[in-house]
Amino acid sequence: MAKVVVVTSGKGGVGKTTSTAALGAALAQRNEKTVVVDFDVGLRNLDLVMGAERRVVYDIVNVIQGDAKLPQALIRDKRLETLFLLPASQTRDKDALTPEGVERVMDELKKHFDWIICDSPAGIERGATLAMRHADVAVIVTNPEVSSVRDSDRIIGLLDSKTERAERGDRVEKHLLLTRYDAARAERGDMLKVDDVLEILSIPLIGIVPESAEVLKASNLGAPVTLADSRSAPAIAYLDAARRLAGETLPITIPGEKRGLFGKIFGRRAA
Amino acid sequence: MSIFRFFSKQSSAPTARERLQVLLAHERASVGQSDLVAILREEILAVIAKHVQVDREKVSVKMDRGEHVTTLEVDIEIPMKAGVRAA
Ligand SMILES: Nc1ncnc2c1ncn2[C@@H]1O[C@H](COP(=O)(O)OP(=O)(O)OP(=O)(O)O)[C@@H](O)[C@H]1O
Ligand SMILES: [Mg+2]
Repeated sequence: MAKVVVVTSGKGGVGKTTSTAALGAALAQRNEKTVVVDFDVGLRNLDLVMGAERRVVYDIVNVIQGDAKLPQALIRDKRLETLFLLPASQTRDKDALTPEGVERVMDELKKHFDWIICDSPAGIERGATLAMRHADVAVIVTNPEVSSVRDSDRIIGLLDSKTERAERGDRVEKHLLLTRYDAARAERGDMLKVDDVLEILSIPLIGIVPESAEVLKASNLGAPVTLADSRSAPAIAYLDAARRLAGETLPITIPGEKRGLFGKIFGRRAA
Repeated sequence: MSIFRFFSKQSSAPTARERLQVLLAHERASVGQSDLVAILREEILAVIAKHVQVDREKVSVKMDRGEHVTTLEVDIEIPMKAGVRAA
């Protein structure tokens, strides 16, 4: 049975697209048929991060408007045959994404895939609400920083009211993905701690992705970070998060905790 | 970084945490309350309509969150010629 996952945040630039690509690839690496869907109409980027930008012919708006069939718009990944991309269009008309159209596309995707990962645009407007509309599961991407946490709280409110599940009295399963976590700054006490964010948002944690140059490197190469170098710290964090998404239970490690005694003592000081 | 900073300067994260807690408590409550006000307004309108004819636009329901108590202000304008039955 297909699972629809929305990767969302409210705030822009926190790592939704990076996370969509990384989690999508990680799930596909488990041999489960996965499609990543770009809902950021007008500002598509998932194609670039996936390294498929030169292979885009049709997009989700073409499918909705009947100019192309879904299989024509789907792009199969060159590295993983279980991974597909449905690109967004670069059209400036955001209304091109209609609720009925999105529903039709989702219904069809559900017939063919195990995982449908929706990359939400920033904000709380139409694009973001349509991206979350059909979700069974939400991954709320948050940076340990005040405005990101506040916006995540807003998004959680929308997930509890504006989704199809919420409207039929059901609930969307929500997971917090903390990204761009900087161990050194956390140790100095100048960044919200994992426990602070968890306490404030009170949703379960699915992973902590460290701030890392590997992410930029992977996007330069056009590869999800889990495929670019599966041994790098952010890749490991995403691979583990994907396993949790698939229902496995494994302990969460805070990046950069493998320090000397000195670091440990001071790292715990503010606890 | 100097280890003295740990003792000389206060870290900023606890302040961030506190500010967020206060702000979000407020924002969450106000989202719920705008719904509550809308519901109250509809039900108050229905009760009044049973007895007098009033213009929907002339019924105002406001909620004011104070530090210790919240007040509900209901302001209904009843026109002179409205059919209010004398007791
Ligand atoms: N863990 C990380 N470490 C370092 N850089 C990161 C990390 N995660 C994301 N970035 C960088 O942050 C920038 C924004 O990331 P991304 O595009 O994934 O965010 P987004 O939430 O999709 O943004 P938008 O809201 O604009 O769609 C990119 O340059 C990306 O490379
Ligand atoms: Mg994005």
